Amino acid sequence: MVKPEKLIENGIRLDGRKPDEIRPIKIKVGVLNRADGSCYFEFGGNKVIAAVYGPREVHPRHQQKSTSAVVRYRYNMASFSVEERKRPGPDRRSIEVSKVSREALEPVIFQEYFPRSAIDIFVEVLQADAGTRTAGINAASIALADAGIPMKSLVSACAVGKVDDTLVLDLNKDEDNYGQADMPIAMTPDGKITLLQMDGHLTRDEFREGLEMAKKGCLEIAQLQRTALMEKYSSLIEGEVNE
Amino acid sequence: MDKKLVIPGEFLSDDVKLADEGTYVEDSKVFSSVFGIASLKNHIKVVPLSGKYIPRQGDLIIGIISEVSFSNWIVDIRSPYEGLLHISEFPRRIDNSEMSKYLKVGDSIMTLVKDVDQSMKVELTLNDQRLRQIKDGRIIEVTPSKVPRLIGRSGSMIAMLKNETNCNIFIGQNGRVWLTGKDKNLDIAVRTIQKIEKESHIPGLTDRIVNFLKEEKGIPVKQPIKKKAKKEEAKEHEQEPAEETTRAAKETEETVMEDAEEPENIEEN
Repeated sequence: MVKPEKLIENGIRLDGRKPDEIRPIKIKVGVLNRADGSCYFEFGGNKVIAAVYGPREVHPRHQQKSTSAVVRYRYNMASFSVEERKRPGPDRRSIEVSKVSREALEPVIFQEYFPRSAIDIFVEVLQADAGTRTAGINAASIALADAGIPMKSLVSACAVGKVDDTLVLDLNKDEDNYGQADMPIAMTPDGKITLLQMDGHLTRDEFREGLEMAKKGCLEIAQLQRTALMEKYSSLIEGEVNE
Repeated sequence: MDKKLVIPGEFLSDDVKLADEGTYVEDSKVFSSVFGIASLKNHIKVVPLSGKYIPRQGDLIIGIISEVSFSNWIVDIRSPYEGLLHISEFPRRIDNSEMSKYLKVGDSIMTLVKDVDQSMKVELTLNDQRLRQIKDGRIIEVTPSKVPRLIGRSGSMIAMLKNETNCNIFIGQNGRVWLTGKDKNLDIAVRTIQKIEKESHIPGLTDRIVNFLKEEKGIPVKQPIKKKAKKEEAKEHEQEPAEETTRAAKETEETVMEDAEEPENIEEN
């Protein structure tokens, strides 16, 4: 694709959003029967599934910690998730995303409640459209709650960036490819930041302003996460069969 | 209402002294640590809607032998941690070489958590009047956090279930439920337990279960005669499990012969 001439025109972005607007979100909790907790998360064009297993026995044994649980996070993109076929298997990028996402969730999990055990989080990206790591973290945090794992709070994640010298919230594919900066942020609802990365350049003032925008975005997402969890147990009232 | 659905991190109270299970305290405020039902009277506690069984000293549970090692049986207790049943915790003295004669891989036992240490080493025992091997009936599994609802306030739910279905039911704290009775009654009991598990968070549970049981048994108010017949039939049956309790102590020696049937029952859940 060629670079569009303008990424933002009269304060309206290519996909019709205002600069401080996030993409539409769709959440479904408990989509997998075998997992202890699961979540399907749509974030604009992103479609991800998160599954949580555990606490369970640690294999291989040498990874286990005697005083707390180990958290393992596996981020994986399906080969069909992007236009050009993605070669399956872990690569440099997905290993990095797995690491930072794990570290974004670890601070809220009460790991010390489950010594010598493992909490496994799997995130599969079915369709990618910029911001898959934030979508993955949002999904994983719901799946953790669904698995009944004790946490300090949920974690919400959202990106800010700069395109055409304007700060925008939650970049889409074009803005990500042709923009000047991309900064994914994950935080708890009370504003504790657990992930912050930046690609590109922002001035100090832009950084501060961007952070505030991301905070608002994350709060909005936190509300939706909460509603989704609540819905799981209100929709079950009318008998639904599960195995 | 004093009960509500909460997510992790939800503010519950300012009174730190009332904080109980499923909560944590930060800046002298009480927050929920799990996704579950919060109850705010007396103690502030949150019962999770799902989660694994974490063994505690004194729990009565149902375990399945997963390995026989030197002087220990390793028992699957449906938890991240395995249970250890030492040979000396068997009700009678047996020799190391004969361990799998008494309990072999796949056998189910009612057992008691004797001790859990810091590193979550779980020691089990069979040295108690209430404990024994499970040889008949069915074992099904429910979410461990739903066990209190299944039992009901001071055992009301389980008492009703036993009465209405004429099954003998034992609920392990680890969410395994052991039922004995006639096949037809067992089916009803299993379906009812599944319903309780699924709807335990919705108010008015007991009434719904009473109605469900009536429906399942196909007894609208019109046919009281049939109901009576069923009850009588069941009374005969009730004696069976009771008899078994007294038998259990002696039976250990004969175990080896009868065991062949066991794995089948377990698979049924």
